[in-house]
Amino acid sequence: MNRRKFITKGAVVSMAALTGIEFVFGNNIPFGYTPLVFQQPDPFTLFNKDKRMSVLNNKPWNIEAKAHLLDDQVTPNKFMFIRNNGIIPEQIDTKKWTLTIDGESVKIPITFSLQDLKTKFKQYTYQLTLECGGNGRSEFDPPAKGNQWTIGAVSCANWTGVRLKDVLKEVGFSDDAVYVGYHAADQHLSRNPKKEPISRGAPMAKALQDETLLAFQMNGEDIPLAHGYPLRLVAGGWPASVSGKWINRISVRNKIHDGPKMGGSSYRVPCKSVAPGEKVTDEDMCIIESMPVKSLITYPMSGAMLPIERSLKIRGHAWAGELEVHKMEYSIDFGSTWTTCNIDKPVNRLAWQHFNANITFPKVGYYEVWARATDSQGNSQPMLVPGWNPKGYLNNACHRIAIKIT
Amino acid sequence: MENERITKGIIGTYRVLIVLCVLIVIISIVGLYFFEKKDSKFIAIPEEEIGQSEVANGIHLATGFIEAPGMQETIANCTTCHSSQLVIQNRMSKQAWHATIDWMQETQNLWPLGDNEEIIIDYLVKNYPSTKKGRRIKLQVEKWYELTE
Repeated sequence: MNRRKFITKGAVVSMAALTGIEFVFGNNIPFGYTPLVFQQPDPFTLFNKDKRMSVLNNKPWNIEAKAHLLDDQVTPNKFMFIRNNGIIPEQIDTKKWTLTIDGESVKIPITFSLQDLKTKFKQYTYQLTLECGGNGRSEFDPPAKGNQWTIGAVSCANWTGVRLKDVLKEVGFSDDAVYVGYHAADQHLSRNPKKEPISRGAPMAKALQDETLLAFQMNGEDIPLAHGYPLRLVAGGWPASVSGKWINRISVRNKIHDGPKMGGSSYRVPCKSVAPGEKVTDEDMCIIESMPVKSLITYPMSGAMLPIERSLKIRGHAWAGELEVHKMEYSIDFGSTWTTCNIDKPVNRLAWQHFNANITFPKVGYYEVWARATDSQGNSQPMLVPGWNPKGYLNNACHRIAIKIT
Repeated sequence: MENERITKGIIGTYRVLIVLCVLIVIISIVGLYFFEKKDSKFIAIPEEEIGQSEVANGIHLATGFIEAPGMQETIANCTTCHSSQLVIQNRMSKQAWHATIDWMQETQNLWPLGDNEEIIIDYLVKNYPSTKKGRRIKLQVEKWYELTE
């Protein structure tokens, strides 16, 4: 490359960047991103994540776990996936942080300080399963666009806070309330202050559940910054994007909330199933509510080899959105026969459940252990990738690990 | 406490970034002024810019992109708002990339790409083709290990 040209363009681009003019127009110079050495620091240190976590994207930050990292009954921060649509807030002053409840269905909006929330309302702790709607996206064919999550965008931590319903009742809302929509302090990727990266929500029935919290603690400590410090809406069992982070306003709407990522193909799937790759119009897309039944084998890690004399202890978790898991099974013969696992009751509604089994193998060879959960309405996990949808949501195909018996 | 530390870390990073940008502007302007008439071989290119154009084994090191025609246009237009990683992990058809660009222009403040749109899409489709996955991909094993317990 011509060095003179390179540097000239570099200068133009730099100046434009400083003056706030869109600087990519007509410039073919690689200057639009942060030089490598000055890119965000090591994410594992920055967010206190285990180094075995997979970074899918560093702008915005999106990081997922692996099945065997999710072995804890309560997910610690170091193994919790991070999903961001925008830029994590850079300056948070908890003394000045407020939450405003407003919207068409609220007569007089009220603003609470964090202290108000913590002292005026009773606090509750629930263990809540949060799974990204796009967890498993990487398996869809034709491919769906977005972060290519495999299986690690799920967690179940203890969340402490006040019930959203207690706060909404204190403020008061009219009978025409349909939906709550959150607003938060994160920035749009374009850094346009007028744009919200994401503003989703839930119907009133979900908003008013006992377990729907305005949380300020995760696993007994302040919520980590990447997970919504200092205030997060937590709605277990629904796509984790309903659980808005860095919340500073909740609007009680008299219609389905229409913030960014509520429409189009975002967190929506075809109302009627479609063939893989089929074009679906916006009118034919429906908002995802409860997540489907799913499970993960968290022990052992896939690839284990053991001698024929030994049995294999497996364990993991199963969850079913709004529902409970009623049956857990495993197969070592590619689904020909299924054996029931032990499964615990959830510690509270919307918490994942722990299963275990002790497997003996008939002879040496290559095996796959498949896990299949069935929810309280009789829905089981499919063996294959379920119905295709434009953004690749809701893949709850059974989890598999490979085992060699020697 | 921890969150404040992280916040400070982020602020710190951006401060460094601003200082760096100012430096680059000054160095570039000085460079332009000095070398406008003389055709010198010794143009002072800031070190980090050299780092940015480095390619090894056909991979552009700073972004991870495959070095091929259209890469520069892709970097310039697609990595301002989001990382190159988001691009690289996706596999899309021409039509799907067009639709994605339309979506970014309609909702995410992406500017008009002009002639670069075709160049970028050709680069992406050619270098990141989609593979048939069928209804379930073969189980991948990262590494086989003896299970001791």
